[in-house]
Amino acid sequence: MATDPTTPVARLRGGFSDWIADRVADLGAFMLDRVAAVGDVAIFTFRTLAWIVARRQRRDVLVPAFYQIGVLSLPVVALTGLFIGMVLAVQSYAQFRALGLQTRLGSVINLSLVRELGPVLAATMLAGRVTEQIDALESMGANPVYYLVVPRFLGCLVLIPTLTVMADFMGVLGGYLYSHLVLGIDYHHYWNNSREYVDAFDFLMGIFKSFFFGAAIALVSCHHGFHSGHGAEGVGRAATNAFVHSFVLILILDLFLGMWLNNVHDFFRPEGPRRLL
Amino acid sequence: MASSPPATPVDPALPVLAAERLTVHFGLVTVLRDISVAIAPGETLVILGESGCGKTVLLKCLIGLIRPSSGEVRFEGRSLARHSERSLASLRTKCGFVFQGAALFDSLSIADNIAFPLREHTRLAEAEIAAIVDQLLAEVGLPPQVRSRKPMELSGGMRKRAGLARALALDPPVVLYDEPTTGLDPIMTDVIGELILKVRARGGVTSVVVTHDMHTARKVADRIVMLHPLARLAADAPQIVFSGTPAELDRSRDPRIRQFIEGRAGNRLVEAAAGGGS
Repeated sequence: MATDPTTPVARLRGGFSDWIADRVADLGAFMLDRVAAVGDVAIFTFRTLAWIVARRQRRDVLVPAFYQIGVLSLPVVALTGLFIGMVLAVQSYAQFRALGLQTRLGSVINLSLVRELGPVLAATMLAGRVTEQIDALESMGANPVYYLVVPRFLGCLVLIPTLTVMADFMGVLGGYLYSHLVLGIDYHHYWNNSREYVDAFDFLMGIFKSFFFGAAIALVSCHHGFHSGHGAEGVGRAATNAFVHSFVLILILDLFLGMWLNNVHDFFRPEGPRRLL
Repeated sequence: MASSPPATPVDPALPVLAAERLTVHFGLVTVLRDISVAIAPGETLVILGESGCGKTVLLKCLIGLIRPSSGEVRFEGRSLARHSERSLASLRTKCGFVFQGAALFDSLSIADNIAFPLREHTRLAEAEIAAIVDQLLAEVGLPPQVRSRKPMELSGGMRKRAGLARALALDPPVVLYDEPTTGLDPIMTDVIGELILKVRARGGVTSVVVTHDMHTARKVADRIVMLHPLARLAADAPQIVFSGTPAELDRSRDPRIRQFIEGRAGNRLVEAAAGGGS
């Protein structure tokens, strides 16, 4: 009776050590999966870079990808940029007015935009996917990395920085329009304060980061597209995962690049951090 | 017209394509188990079976798009596993593959889609390529106006025919069709059947057609192989439940085959409600 595994006590005892063993095994499997995934993406990145140099890029392959990434996403990036600029004005105004600093609104809106939000925004609007044409390419003896990944990689690398400029511009415009027309902050104060606290370094820092975001999105999304499960469900899940992983990666990259770029800034401007307020 | 093509003598000694003891797992699910099929030169083999029985997976294994978990595929006697990436690519130029959803490249026009394999694998001048594209369009019955259209602007039947034209561009000795008639009306289904016969008449093309459409199967097949979903089979039962001519299929007494060719639901609805089967 005592050895009968179906009695509650035996089940509990066996169950508990089994439970621990299961959790340890799960953790191990989880870690192995992550390490394997990082290795996979690294190999994938290497193959992509190899194909960039291995074969001359074809115009008729690049142009459609660039069009898709650069032109078709422009309205979305511009619109979200405009609204983020306005939202920043709405959010910051109350705090600034409490301090009597509402005329400084322009500096904080524009600084946040060009350093952080513009690049992240332009990048997240683009975390797309590769569809079922991989098999078709392979069946015709054509390399899918060359035809599908390289154009998207180059497109993201070149065009996300330019989309960032667009997001910056629209955000600055949106922030100004709201501050001026709704909150009644005058033109002179808004822009003068902005000019004082936002400089070329801030702008270039945003652009610099966006190159990394572009490369990360292209590689993560294409990698998911290439390893999607079978059927419509698999493609759908791959697209969702590509978006989630790209988004997380962008934010992580943003943190570390931001920390590093602050050091770079202090190196070139040893007078110390600027004081916004 | 339901005239069946004349049966060609099948020489099993020299198959163009052969799957030997193929097994494919996706994660924990086994889709194909111990499948052996040989396709003789000039033969049209139809792989029949209900949705989810693994017939598309088998077709993709035949040109190495899916690597089997065990077993091997031989193309002209040589195992695909022994080919390098590069020689596999050149081998694939000998196989035209017609995809279920046509798999045309959305960003390219129909003419550029059809010209794609020619540009990838030949050094023909653009004028020659244009001439071949026109000829292929005529062959699959598409008007010249579709040349500059994008795939999205065409109907399903037109897209399938454009996909067939692209698969034929390099004049391959083997053509594989994945569900060529799915989603088409009965007339267009018959048109595709006619096209498969026409392609086959092009100097002994070997064809493999995956379908669940009995009309197409009867129309084009020299030989039919029927797969059964593994979920509905006992652990050691063979997955190929039939192999023979269309006439033999019609005479079969196997209840699983009768259910399929007569299209009867049986108790599937009850099973589905109980969460069993697919």
